Amino acid sequence: MAEILAQVARIEGLAMITIRADLTRAGDALAEATGLPIPGPTGITTDGVRSLGWMSPDELLLILPQADKAQAMQSLDQALTGEHALVADMSDARAVFDVTGPRADDVIAKLAPVDLPRLAPGTLRRSRAAQTAAAFWRIPGGLRVIGFRSTADYLGLILSEAARPGTGLAPR
Amino acid sequence: MTRTPPFRLAQGGRLIDRAFQLPFRFDGRHLRGVAGDTLASALLANGQMLMGRSFKYHRPRGPIASGAEEPNALLSLGQGGRFEPNQRATTTPLVAGMVTRSQNCWPSLDNDLMAVNDWLSPLFPAGFYYKTFIHPRPFWKHLFEPVIRRSAGLGAAPTDADPDRYEQAYAFADLVVVGGGIAGLTAARDAAASGQRVIVLEQAPHWGGRTPTDHPGGQAAIDALLADLSGRANVTLRRNTMATGLYDHGYLIAREAIADHDPNAGLPRQRLWRIRAGHVVTATGALERPLSFACNDVPGVMLASAVRDFIIDYGVAPGQSILVVTNNDDAYRTALAARAAGLDVPAIIDARPLADGALPQAARAAGIRVLTGTGIAKVKGGKHVEAAALCDQSGDGRVLETIACDVIAMSGGWSPVVHLWSHCGGKLLWDDQAAMFRPDPDRPPLGADGKGNVTVTGAANGDLACAGGLEQPEGATMPVWVMPARAPYRLRAKMWLDFQNDVKVSDVELAAREGYASVEHTKRYTTLGMATDQGKVSNINGLAILSAALDQPIPQTGTTTFRPPYTPLTLATIAAEARGEAFQPLRKTPIHGWHETHGASFEPVGQWRRPYCYPQGAEDRHAAVNREILAVRGGVGTLDASTLGKILVKGPDAGRFLDMLYTNMMSTLPVGKCRYGLMCNENGFLMDDGVVARLSEDSWLCHTTTGGAERIHGHMEDWLQCEWWDWKVYTANLTEQFAQIAVAGPKARALLERLPGTIDLAALPFMHWAEGELAGIPACIFRISFSGELSYEIAVPAGRGLELWQILHREGRDLGITAYGTEAMHVMRAEKGFIMIGDETDGTIIPQDLGLDWAISKKKPDYIGKRAQQRPHMTDANRWKLVGIESLSNKVIPDGAHAVAPGRNANGQRNVQGRITSSYHSPTLGKPIAMALVRHGPSRMGEVLDFPMPSGDVMQGRICDPVFYDKEGSRLNG
Repeated sequence: MAEILAQVARIEGLAMITIRADLTRAGDALAEATGLPIPGPTGITTDGVRSLGWMSPDELLLILPQADKAQAMQSLDQALTGEHALVADMSDARAVFDVTGPRADDVIAKLAPVDLPRLAPGTLRRSRAAQTAAAFWRIPGGLRVIGFRSTADYLGLILSEAARPGTGLAPR
Repeated sequence: MTRTPPFRLAQGGRLIDRAFQLPFRFDGRHLRGVAGDTLASALLANGQMLMGRSFKYHRPRGPIASGAEEPNALLSLGQGGRFEPNQRATTTPLVAGMVTRSQNCWPSLDNDLMAVNDWLSPLFPAGFYYKTFIHPRPFWKHLFEPVIRRSAGLGAAPTDADPDRYEQAYAFADLVVVGGGIAGLTAARDAAASGQRVIVLEQAPHWGGRTPTDHPGGQAAIDALLADLSGRANVTLRRNTMATGLYDHGYLIAREAIADHDPNAGLPRQRLWRIRAGHVVTATGALERPLSFACNDVPGVMLASAVRDFIIDYGVAPGQSILVVTNNDDAYRTALAARAAGLDVPAIIDARPLADGALPQAARAAGIRVLTGTGIAKVKGGKHVEAAALCDQSGDGRVLETIACDVIAMSGGWSPVVHLWSHCGGKLLWDDQAAMFRPDPDRPPLGADGKGNVTVTGAANGDLACAGGLEQPEGATMPVWVMPARAPYRLRAKMWLDFQNDVKVSDVELAAREGYASVEHTKRYTTLGMATDQGKVSNINGLAILSAALDQPIPQTGTTTFRPPYTPLTLATIAAEARGEAFQPLRKTPIHGWHETHGASFEPVGQWRRPYCYPQGAEDRHAAVNREILAVRGGVGTLDASTLGKILVKGPDAGRFLDMLYTNMMSTLPVGKCRYGLMCNENGFLMDDGVVARLSEDSWLCHTTTGGAERIHGHMEDWLQCEWWDWKVYTANLTEQFAQIAVAGPKARALLERLPGTIDLAALPFMHWAEGELAGIPACIFRISFSGELSYEIAVPAGRGLELWQILHREGRDLGITAYGTEAMHVMRAEKGFIMIGDETDGTIIPQDLGLDWAISKKKPDYIGKRAQQRPHMTDANRWKLVGIESLSNKVIPDGAHAVAPGRNANGQRNVQGRITSSYHSPTLGKPIAMALVRHGPSRMGEVLDFPMPSGDVMQGRICDPVFYDKEGSRLNG
């Protein structure tokens, strides 16, 4: 029997903080507070531990280990003092899956209307996986997919189904 | 002549491998084919020419084609969940062990009783059903239609669920070439050289289209192109993939057959590709047209190209003596192929006065008799061809000679496959010279930039000699729409146009005489082209006949509309992964698993499943709801309220913003307090409600209904981004960040005070909130109540919601803690006279209708909906308004029941003056309660209304105050 296209693993222990602010005005302060460069439109920057994703012209998503969350929230609040801004802990609202393996792209290509061969590293794509909202970006060895907590079972199911052995998209 | 073996030729068959024998079954008989066979070639190789019965007259049918256009050879495949009706034998690869059945015949294919329809065919002309079954009118619905429907239809529908998997996938390309014949592969090669991303789709399992069959050296030319393309990283070659439809913006849908041949391999059986193409090249080839001569539907009359496909590709002899009839040079290839395979070719009947091209010359040189200016007057034979009676093509069918044969290979010319071009708006032009519709290069389908985004090449473009140096010059095709030209009615009534639906030349002519001038109307009246093949072989001949009958040129008649899919698409392929557990995403709260293990009976609320109640033991739902309500009213209960929307609104202008969104004042709400708010749309209608909490100087938390979370968040962003873009407000939808648990009942505080925590509940007044820790979990506690009881709604991070729920149930066991569901919540709020969005509102209700004037600010200059609520209709004293209803019979009046008023309206219906919006049995009060909207109801307290029931009974209810329980609100304090 052929191998599965990619491993699908639920990832726990990641914190996510939604930041809304005028990125032109507050960009430098945010970069300092997060320790990461501010990503350009549709981008995501990372230092290997933390990542900062561009969600909209006035929204960023900071992803970091759960243990660093409280400290980060505090730094962000400080950095944004006097600014019109919103910082919210969204860690519990999300479900995270890593899809890793040589044919991880095939798994996502079955579920999301996204041109994966053109999805460069450092790009965060907000899209959908079949019928549920999802965003994803490249990580070493595959892709990281985030969706909503309430549809985590569905997301896990369709990812695993799409990764079934022998179902690669290469022409046969 | 009779049909004689051998049916499989001793040699040849470029697509088959004789070393692998494949057993299969047809109508219970055990047969054998070889690897590479289609079902049609395997059946022919077993001498089985008869493969089905026509739809209307149940005439015997054999295959006339060798590909996707086949109208006749439709079989049922498989058994149980894998049963599939109407599969084309000509495109279905033979699989070992395949179980196949013929259709539309009883008791058997050979002896079909319904063939009596054929004897009676003079009684069934076009429009027979419309004319015959129109009177008396009621009979149509109750008698005629059910009977006709029962006898109609070809294959049966499957009854079991399909056990196989299907999937979809997305792809993107600069160029998609549809068709892997010589034209398509050449176009792909040219584009690939420039580095574009190219996808080539071929519906068949093999590349090359007609070229390897029709041209010596053809396979080598195809192989050379494939070698070039397969070496390029920017080219994807995909076989077994049928482009089914082309839509706006270069959106191309294609179906890839992956495991049709081996459904047990665990692979998806089919895959639906959804491709975004920068540009599309259609290289879809052309389909050969039949000729219209009498009894051209007898099994053994086949398209000339199909006859040579079976000989050359599959090594099958459709017959031993093959008579060719044509109006073009191409069909001579069939005669030469048959002769080369050692089969007899008694003559080539050419309708043209002259035939002197290279191919006719070659045929003559091979010693084949060529009769020009000749046609077929009539085919002899019933279940198979026995002979052809010949006549002068220009005459009226007087028989000159009869030639014995067992196959007639006919060619009426070729029609480009223009389907994809036409799906998305590409226009056609009539090429008089070639007698065909072909794409008009000046009117292609347009892309977003207004330029053509489809081009067409090869035979699909009318270029029938597209194989370059492999071609030899061919003489012109002569249009022949009826054979012979002056055939009398007797012959025209036996000339088939649509073989599957039994539409003949005489039917189309009748439609024209009866006034059907539009080709679309004629199609529907006669059913021409309406069968599962969608008229691939019949349309052009049909509209040529119609044009002649209407005495107008063919382009004036035009074609019917080409619609996707090109060939039928299995519904399972469209549904793909969306079946079973993955049919729809099911939203689950953090406490969902507990509900499941505790026997919750769920109800759908949007994509959520919420516990309706938790039946225990032998309890039914009604008993469980009653028990849950009494437990809350008498002790304490918990409700999973996690699905409620929770939207954070923050910024210097947030207060001003919320004052516009809600009907009441939110900007003045002190920090630490909560306020119930109503949200209306621009038309003044109530769209959502919920409790708003002021979190800080510049932030508010807005609770919405479960169904309103995403919608209201979108509503907020819409106003912020489109109208008040300069207001400094940010929103965030925190709905899923928190689990929220309502703890309600007179013992609610006692329970919560047992948990360690930092929040002083005794100091938390009604409609206040506090933040702190509860049982070691960070929590916000809102003292709000939808049940009328002492009640706290506790929000904790979603990941800890289950933990808190379990602690509550452990600590509250001796207090009789009870989980309650949505129905108990509904009943308790109705006992209190609280409205429910979606019950008391239906999109036409304003807050004033519901007696909610107290929640509408009089001071504010504006809010969304304010002006609409001042319109005369909205302030009409006769509007239906909220009241309570006491049932006089002690039975629950059904929800939705209408209260009638004296008199009848213009339609003769009873006038109405109100309707029930919520209705329950109240276990608390031991009687039915209801809420209703009644014409100026609040001023009619005590009046009795009549509610007629469908049974004819009339229920009565008395108008009362909608607050049935604890009017003074004392229970809010426990």
